[in-house]
Amino acid sequence: MNEELLYFFYDLGQYLINGITQGSIYALIALGYTMVYGIIKLINFAHGEFYMIGAFVGYYLVISGASLWIAFPAAMLGAGVVAVIIERLVYRPIRHAGRIAALISALGTSLFFQYLGQGTVGADPKTFPPVIEEISYEWGEMMISNIQIIIIITTIVLMLVLRWLVSSTRIGMAMRAVSFNHDAAELMGIDTNKIISFTFFVGAALAGAAGVLVGLYYNTIEPMMGLMPGLKAFVAAVLGGIGIIPGAALGGLVLGIVENLVTGFWASNYRDAIAFGILIIILLIKPTGLMGKNIREKV
Amino acid sequence: MRYGRLTTLCISLLMMTLTSPLWASKKTITIGAVFPMTGPIATYGQESVNGINLALKKVGDISIKGRKIRLIVEDNKGEPIESANSVRKLINIDKVNAVIGSVASSNTLAGAPIAQQAEVPLLTPASTNEAVTKTGNFISRTCFTDGFQGVVMARFAFNNLKKRNVAIIIDNSSDYSKGLAAVFKKEFQRLGGKLVSQRDFAYQQKDIDFKSLLRKVKRKRPDVIFLPGYYTEVGLILRQARQMNIKMPFLGGDGWDSPKLQELAGPKGIKNNYISSHFSPDDQDPMVQEFVKKYIKIHKQRPGAMAALGYDGMLVLLDALKRAKSLKSKDLALAINSTKQFKGVTGTISIDRQRNATKSAVVLETTAKGNIFNTKVNP
Repeated sequence: MNEELLYFFYDLGQYLINGITQGSIYALIALGYTMVYGIIKLINFAHGEFYMIGAFVGYYLVISGASLWIAFPAAMLGAGVVAVIIERLVYRPIRHAGRIAALISALGTSLFFQYLGQGTVGADPKTFPPVIEEISYEWGEMMISNIQIIIIITTIVLMLVLRWLVSSTRIGMAMRAVSFNHDAAELMGIDTNKIISFTFFVGAALAGAAGVLVGLYYNTIEPMMGLMPGLKAFVAAVLGGIGIIPGAALGGLVLGIVENLVTGFWASNYRDAIAFGILIIILLIKPTGLMGKNIREKV
Repeated sequence: MRYGRLTTLCISLLMMTLTSPLWASKKTITIGAVFPMTGPIATYGQESVNGINLALKKVGDISIKGRKIRLIVEDNKGEPIESANSVRKLINIDKVNAVIGSVASSNTLAGAPIAQQAEVPLLTPASTNEAVTKTGNFISRTCFTDGFQGVVMARFAFNNLKKRNVAIIIDNSSDYSKGLAAVFKKEFQRLGGKLVSQRDFAYQQKDIDFKSLLRKVKRKRPDVIFLPGYYTEVGLILRQARQMNIKMPFLGGDGWDSPKLQELAGPKGIKNNYISSHFSPDDQDPMVQEFVKKYIKIHKQRPGAMAALGYDGMLVLLDALKRAKSLKSKDLALAINSTKQFKGVTGTISIDRQRNATKSAVVLETTAKGNIFNTKVNP
């Protein structure tokens, strides 16, 4: 095998490793988008901010001396609680006012948190303390770090927990019922408000987990950090089929890998263009996403 | 009519805010400052405004031509569009006599044409891209240009570090980065150095993952890397490069000069790199030391280049206001552009015919404890 071809395979392997890591992050955020959409048909553009909030909760706990075993669940909890409060204060009062009103409120909430963050903690990027010392394992020209492995494994574990939660518990069953038909579920005695709050909580907690993982990986966090990953995760959710939980996971991974291949083999300038190009193509060709079924909307 | 009273109140408040600058401008000299107070280069804006306020404080509560000085700070978030909006707002609504700002060249370039068209003098203390002052005769600067900075670094790489093969990584969203890279490339090749790749390696502002990019750079085996970016991305690039065993020195420009760089790059990433800048707080000049002492007293940290540039820029502007024949914008622009041999903390400032300042640059070595003075280069 000549040197060039060898390099090509090493590169491909490396971009795949980096892509899967980044894709895991997108997937964790995308799950929240898709769950909230699945249950109240709201595209929650403030979702990226829960990821930012999670990162900051983790950051402040870690710098005040808490171990990661405390900081990580606390960040999930923190992001989840904020999401529940936002749902109660912002989305619930206008739930029946139509989707445009809800969408605009979501954008407003997103801006509110971005600028609240800049106003309170400052706009400059903060250095997330390297609590886990980075160790790289090399194989030829390929490298994988222990933090990348942690990200991938944590993502898998969280997804399995979510799967169990949605498919095998009573509350999961209630979530599926509300998602399937809100009014009928309410008639069956399900407290839909509680279920919707819970869905926000779980979605935001996953995003909060992603925030801490990113803090560990790149060692930098800032109040605007939720903007781009939030949009990308939205693309990932649509790519997989919005409202479908495994779809979000798949969409996130595909997007992460494609982005890294584009940056690696082509040029980083085109990365975002490609990501949003994918969104347009999916909307044109298969609006229901990779895993979506074509269902005619009932009129 | 439930909201009647509230609406009236709101309207009257709105009227007051809209009209107040009109009557205020008759009694004061209003200076608008456009700086990135938030966003990815926020420390630059904050430092610049600290410097500007220190300059105002130094001259004290003076009145020039019988009027008091009033400063209005607008946040451009480090974005060109916001810069254009801020300049427009300052000129149309606040009716400022002059604008000072901004830092990033792409931001200043977005605001400059508006000031030029309205014939309001705009003085940038820190934008080094060549094109900035070419906008017109109302736009000038009190810092050196990339033409000078790029040449300084190219010569430093070739003569002092004895490097021959350079890789250039640029921030594709920044006019500053592209301009500086072009000058560096020309001079380095003129001296006899080689580029390892004809195409520049490029990233975007706000990127956080540079591993794929750095991999491509590493494979070309350069012995030095020129990275004219801003500290937010540069810090992460340095950290990730050292993790990937890229050990050669990185060279940069004044865009690196922020205390945040040390924090973002980490102790391993920061070592063994060199930058050109405007100012070193280690300079033993008594004027510089007095400035450093005062700055530390108020802000509890050592001033970076942007604080010093903001300080000098404001002092030059105040000096011009005093010298100007009248407060008409044409006279003011004339006074700014005829600044000669003004002693500032960043060097002696003379504004030339192209409305650029000719002054010295310093080369600093970046270390975990801060940037250390290496050499001073005169124009």
